[in-house]
Amino acid sequence: MSFLPHGMAFRQALHRLAGKPLSTLLSALVVAIALTLPALSYVLIDNLASLANGVTGKPEISVFLKKEVTAEKAQAMENRLRADKRIVAIRFIGRDTALKQLAARGGFADVTGALSENPLPDAFILEPGGEDPKVFEAIRTSLTAMPEVLHVQLDSAWVERLHAAVELGRWVALLLAALLGTALIIVTFNTIRLQILTQRHEITVSLLLGATRAFVRRPFLYFGLLQGLLGGVLAWGMVQGLVLLIAPRVQALARAYNIVVDLAGPSVWQGLALLVFAAVLGWLGAGLSVRRHLHDGAVD
Amino acid sequence: MIRFEHVSKRYDGGHEALANVSLEIRHGELLVLAGHSGAGKSTLIKLIAGLEKPTAGKVWVSGQDVGSLRQNQLPYLRRSLGLVMQEHRLLTDRTVYDNVMLPLLVTGYPPRDAAKRVRVALEKVGMGTFEKAMPLTLSGGEQHRVAIARAIVNRPSVLIADEPTAHLDPAYAREIAALFRSFHAAGVTILLATHDDTLFSPYGARRIELAKGRLLA
Repeated sequence: MSFLPHGMAFRQALHRLAGKPLSTLLSALVVAIALTLPALSYVLIDNLASLANGVTGKPEISVFLKKEVTAEKAQAMENRLRADKRIVAIRFIGRDTALKQLAARGGFADVTGALSENPLPDAFILEPGGEDPKVFEAIRTSLTAMPEVLHVQLDSAWVERLHAAVELGRWVALLLAALLGTALIIVTFNTIRLQILTQRHEITVSLLLGATRAFVRRPFLYFGLLQGLLGGVLAWGMVQGLVLLIAPRVQALARAYNIVVDLAGPSVWQGLALLVFAAVLGWLGAGLSVRRHLHDGAVD
Repeated sequence: MIRFEHVSKRYDGGHEALANVSLEIRHGELLVLAGHSGAGKSTLIKLIAGLEKPTAGKVWVSGQDVGSLRQNQLPYLRRSLGLVMQEHRLLTDRTVYDNVMLPLLVTGYPPRDAAKRVRVALEKVGMGTFEKAMPLTLSGGEQHRVAIARAIVNRPSVLIADEPTAHLDPAYAREIAALFRSFHAAGVTILLATHDDTLFSPYGARRIELAKGRLLA
């Protein structure tokens, strides 16, 4: 197989792109905008997923003690808990400390100041080993049975909810990608349709001189691929730029929740995947258009 | 080389362009197909090139039944034919050189050898100094020569021309006729469809005539 016709078709497609720079840029921008929305969504969701993964490894169990439990009884309970192999870390938070922490949080100082007495109980924060939800549940059950315990709260539920939200976000990003990918195909389809119309004479003459359908088709396919690729490059840049733009605002918001967020742009692999996605859709749009418009009537 | 066996062609509107035509064009022959406008000459050429399919009968070119060729086989048939259409069909946004190069690009001819072939073809039709000219800056006769150069650049075994001297002044027409004569002398089979066959009679061409789609005896 000779690659000469492909090289020629590729150069022809490049020539067509370069021949109408404004039209090329506008089409590539439309493609880029269509790609930016799902790509940006995906990158943001990916950041959120990283954040969620960071907290998944440390589920906590909060154990609130009854008011009548004395310091000695609490100490004895702590010793029993430390003997439990399923628990890897224990932290005691006395009711006074808990009140101070609550007061330190924005907006709660006035509330705690107005209280006549401290309503908060003493508590243990336990860190169970492993990641098996069944083990967490078993620990919770055994803690609930202890006479000193008022309430046990397994703090992994919100992480599960966060994971579910991330998963939902991923699906939304994928749906957006499918929807806007279709838009990209339509844009390329129409660009190629117009090209076929303007080059009808050349196509007819070429077919008359013995050109195969593949010979006529190829430059249009490469054009679609290159236009998609160009749109992909622009989209990559746009996503990177937008991430840089919104990162300080996200960080400011995260600080308000005592979370450190380092918003990352698309990785090299994600960027390359975006380029491949854009190029394939461009090729597909061009292929559909050529199939639809390059019928036998081209030769008369 | 080319054989028509009881060929008829009726277009969708019902117009019968050819009716029961049988003829044979032998290898190395110079055949003039005479007839008035609308006689069916262009349809006959389109059937040879596979641009139309016969309604009845068979058209054979180099042993191939053109009507039964698949769409992907037709390009290879067309490459063996040198077609000069009545309206030139030159690409006006390309130079003379690029127009003549087109059949070689289409067939994937190696670029270095292709350039030589283009120049030889242009020299043969006396247009060697017009390589960089754009078709619209040329006279009708010159455009015709470029179209002929494009038809012969692939060194076809059959050269087919539809009204090659139409709309040309007598001097240009004689030059074009002499060109076809020289190709015939070089061994190329030539089919010329024309309403004015007097130009070719001095060259000992066989003459057949079409009238209203029928071959006259």
